[in-house]
Amino acid sequence: MQKRVTFDTKLLPYLLLAPQVFITIAFFIWPAVEVVRQSFLLEDAFGGNSQFLCTGLLTDPLGGEAWQRCFRHFDRLLSDPGYWHSINVTVFFSLMVALIGLALALLLAVMADRTLRGATAYKTFLVWPYAVAPAVAGVLFGFLFNPRVGVLAYWLDRIGVDWNHQLDGNQAMWLVIFAACWNQISYNFIFFLAGLQSIPKSLIEAAAIDGAGPGRRFWTIMFPLLSPTGFFLLVVNIIYAFFGTFGVIDALTQGGPGLRNQHPGLQGLQRRLPRQRFRRFGGAVGHPDDHRHDPYRRAVPLHRAACPLLRRR
Amino acid sequence: MIENRPWLTFFAHVVLILGVVVIAFPVWMTFVASTHDADTMLRSPVPLLPGGQIIDNYRVVLTEGFAQASRTPLWKVLFNSLVMALAIAIGKIAISIIASFAIVYFRFPLRNFFFWMIFVTLMLPVEVRIIPTFKVVSDLGMIDTYVGLTLPLIASATATFLFRQFFLTVPDELAEAARIDGAGPLRFFWDVLLPLSKTSIAALFVIQFIYGWNQYLWPLLITTQESMYTAVIGIKRMITSGDALTEWHLVMATAMLAMLPPVAVVILMQRWFVRGLVETEK
Repeated sequence: MQKRVTFDTKLLPYLLLAPQVFITIAFFIWPAVEVVRQSFLLEDAFGGNSQFLCTGLLTDPLGGEAWQRCFRHFDRLLSDPGYWHSINVTVFFSLMVALIGLALALLLAVMADRTLRGATAYKTFLVWPYAVAPAVAGVLFGFLFNPRVGVLAYWLDRIGVDWNHQLDGNQAMWLVIFAACWNQISYNFIFFLAGLQSIPKSLIEAAAIDGAGPGRRFWTIMFPLLSPTGFFLLVVNIIYAFFGTFGVIDALTQGGPGLRNQHPGLQGLQRRLPRQRFRRFGGAVGHPDDHRHDPYRRAVPLHRAACPLLRRR
Repeated sequence: MIENRPWLTFFAHVVLILGVVVIAFPVWMTFVASTHDADTMLRSPVPLLPGGQIIDNYRVVLTEGFAQASRTPLWKVLFNSLVMALAIAIGKIAISIIASFAIVYFRFPLRNFFFWMIFVTLMLPVEVRIIPTFKVVSDLGMIDTYVGLTLPLIASATATFLFRQFFLTVPDELAEAARIDGAGPLRFFWDVLLPLSKTSIAALFVIQFIYGWNQYLWPLLITTQESMYTAVIGIKRMITSGDALTEWHLVMATAMLAMLPPVAVVILMQRWFVRGLVETEK
């Protein structure tokens, strides 16, 4: 944990730690504490005054009503079908991104591990999507599949698929999954390739001498030895799908088939769909963009305006 | 290779070439779209080969502006992105390396407490604490400033952890020798530790530069004026909600320019990039 040889200056270590600790407290710890504190507050519409909800617990720690009052925001959130829908969508999306991304990356890594000629070139061509911003990836896919100008939408139309992710929620979902996978595939590829290359060649040679073909060698030797890498990547990919894909989704669909300004008859649907489909944890506090451009909300401090679920009542 | 199976090798090449084509296709189409004029873009389908408008499109975007409304030239926005990416990358490395130096090479009260405090931030991604963090930044008057854009993202548990792991592998004899020769801690840090950490710093720089350049949610909140937009935000803003008004050829030229720096960094520094990626996640 620590060096045998240390310096014993008294003040210096604190000075060295100060910048990191200061930023951590100001922008990480303090806001995190605020999140918890504010979830137990009741504020009026304009945020003029707020009231701590759990005071009842002091006088009546066993009363059911006091507990209910204390956790009323959580209660409300958990009984909101929109919230559960967004959880379902998030879980489905994350699993799909992780599984599809991992499978494709593993296939490419195994193939790249096999080839001797051109391996470096393939690697270079496969690693760079990592550098493309998720939001830019969203824009690129939105362009390719744009029902008016997109090439892929045009080709799909030619083979009889009516593609319009701006209207069809399922298509929107798959489009977001593809874009997120595309963005993440190089990351998975690099780790799988590193994992494959660290498998001792002697093991594979021994199996080959015993007569195991390439398929058998893969499933009985390489795949089990890759499983730690695979598990690590599964975790990282799910975290990526939860927190790293806001840009992709926001740039592609704004959280669902955005029907705005198109068809008045669809407006009832429109009001529900964009908010509820694909609303992710990050989106549970509302779309940050909307609040800035809404003149009424603008007058209210953003942190309150953006928590419609957690205030009033 | 263990045995010679020409068909399997051939199959591997086919899969890889297919993979490269599929992965490169979106970017190829972006490039193609950025070289045509507005009329071609409105006719479906968009051609698959580049057109002749390349210089015009990029000139328009770079100098005359990307958004129809206010005409902020793109070079300004790219400059914002560059400042943000560099400040985040350099800032993260600087404060993390001194913090882990303190944690590894000194013995002082609360050392473990500070280490865990930094480490715990791994569990607090921007999204879960976004509203209060925004409030802190706005109370400090840092909306629409470079400081507001970068400072909250500069603390880094991963970088601190990486340097700590590296410092633990540095032989104790080096510190002993430095002490016998009468070097103080700062001198030891500057003359011995820093040169030894060069490769770790380079690897980390590549990763953090990309991280900084590609930030989306945070600049979206912090920037309200177009002159403070980053490139990634700028592209998003160019896509108007009325589909017909989107000038796709200009959007795609902007997208090309916004992708170029991080992609160039990855390809030119590929060795450091792979190293940095694999090391930071250990």
